[in-house]
Amino acid sequence: MSSAREMRMRIRSVKNIAQVTRALETVSASKVRKAMQAVTATRPYAEKAWKVIVHIARQPGSGTLHPLLTERKEIRKVLVLLLSSDRGLCGAYNVNILRETLLHFRYLGKPVSYVSAGRKGRDLLLRRGQKVVADFSHLPSPPSYMDVSAIGRVAVEAFLNGEVDQVFLAFTDFHTMVKQEIVIRQLLPIQVELAQPGVKGFNVTHKMSNAVFIYEPDQDEILSNVIPRFTALQIYQAILSAQASEHAARMIAMRNATDNAQDLIRELQLDYNKARQQAITSDMLDITSGAEALNK
Amino acid sequence: MPIRCEIVSQDRIVFQGDVDIVVLPGAEGVMGILPNHSPLLTVLQYGIITVRSQGNEENFTVAGGIAEVQPDQVTVLADAAENVEEIDIRRAEMAHKKAEEILKNGVAPDTDSYLTIQAALKRSNLRIDAAKRFRQRRR
Repeated sequence: MSSAREMRMRIRSVKNIAQVTRALETVSASKVRKAMQAVTATRPYAEKAWKVIVHIARQPGSGTLHPLLTERKEIRKVLVLLLSSDRGLCGAYNVNILRETLLHFRYLGKPVSYVSAGRKGRDLLLRRGQKVVADFSHLPSPPSYMDVSAIGRVAVEAFLNGEVDQVFLAFTDFHTMVKQEIVIRQLLPIQVELAQPGVKGFNVTHKMSNAVFIYEPDQDEILSNVIPRFTALQIYQAILSAQASEHAARMIAMRNATDNAQDLIRELQLDYNKARQQAITSDMLDITSGAEALNK
Repeated sequence: MPIRCEIVSQDRIVFQGDVDIVVLPGAEGVMGILPNHSPLLTVLQYGIITVRSQGNEENFTVAGGIAEVQPDQVTVLADAAENVEEIDIRRAEMAHKKAEEILKNGVAPDTDSYLTIQAALKRSNLRIDAAKRFRQRRR
C-alpha cells in the first residue's frame, strides 16, 4: 500500500486531468456546432453544382466533352486525397480513416500515392511506408478558398498529366454527433451514373437528354473553368465535413476520458479513505494498549 | 408559364422562386432568359441579376460565377451574391476605401493578395453602384 501522501497526490493529478479533458470537451462541443453550420450552409450550393454537372454529363457524347469527365480505359496509377486531423486526442478518428483507406486500396493491386491534408494522417501514412506526394497540413477552420483550390490543382494536374488515372477522396463524413462515416469517393474523372427512376443520389440522372448546351464564351473555356472549380468545391465540402467529424470524435473521446477519470477518482478516494481509517484505528489501538500497559 | 430561378452563393440560398424573366450579366453581354430557353451554360461577369414576376422586380448583385439555363429553370452559382436591398452601403464604402488604400501603398501585381484586393475593390464598387441606382429609383 502506497503512503497517504502519494495517494493524495495521485488523486489530485487525476482530478487535474479530468478538468483538462472536460475543458477540451466543451471546446470541441462549440467547435462542432460551428463546423456543422458551415457544412449545412454550403450544402445548397454543392447540390446545385452537382445538378449542373449532371446536366452537362447527360448530354449526348459527353464522354469526350472534357478530359476531366472522361473515364480512362486502363487504370495504372491511383491518387488518394486523405483528410485527417492535425491534432490528436480525438479517439480512433485518424486510425479509422487510415485503416479503411489502406484496406480499400490494398486489394486494388495498383500503385497508390497519397496527398494528405492533416498532420496525423501524413505521419501515419509515412509510418506505414506509403508514398505521400504532397502534404497540406495546418489548414485553418474553415479552410480558405485558396488552400482548397491549391489541393484541387494538385489533383487536377496529376490527373491531366497522366501521372494518375483516377483520383479518390477519403474523408470522414459527418452525419450526427455520434455517427460519422468513412467515405471513399471518386473525385476524378467526375462520375455521373445513369440510374432507374426512384434511385436517388447526388450524382444520379434518370434519363439521358438530347439537348446540347450552348456555351458562352465557348465550350472549352467554360468547362475548363467550371469543372476544376467543382472539384475544389467537393474537396472544400469534404474538408468541412471532416473537420466537423474530427471535433465530434474529440468531444466523445474527451467525454469518455472525463468519465473514466471520475471513476478512477472515486476508486482512489475510497482506497485513500479506507487506508486513512485503518491508520487511525491502528493508532488508537496503539494508544489504548499503551495506556493500558501503563495502568497495570 | 413561369420559369424557376435559383440563385445560390457559396454559403446560402439567395433567391428561389418562379419568375417571368431573369436578366443575367453573361460573359458576352446582358441577356434576358425567358421560359423555354434552350440549355445554356455561361460564365457571369460582375453585375446585376434582375428577376421579374407579375410586375414585381428584384435586383441582385453578383460577383462572378456560373449560370445554367434549362427550359424550365435557371440556376445561378454565384461566387458572391446578395439582394440589393440587403446591401450595407456603409460597409461597402469602408471596404472600398480600405482596398484603395492598400493598393495605393503598393502591392506587387500578379500575386494572390493583389488579385484578392482587386476583387474586393470590384465587389465593393459593384455594391455601391447597385445600391445607389436601384434604391433611388424606388423613392
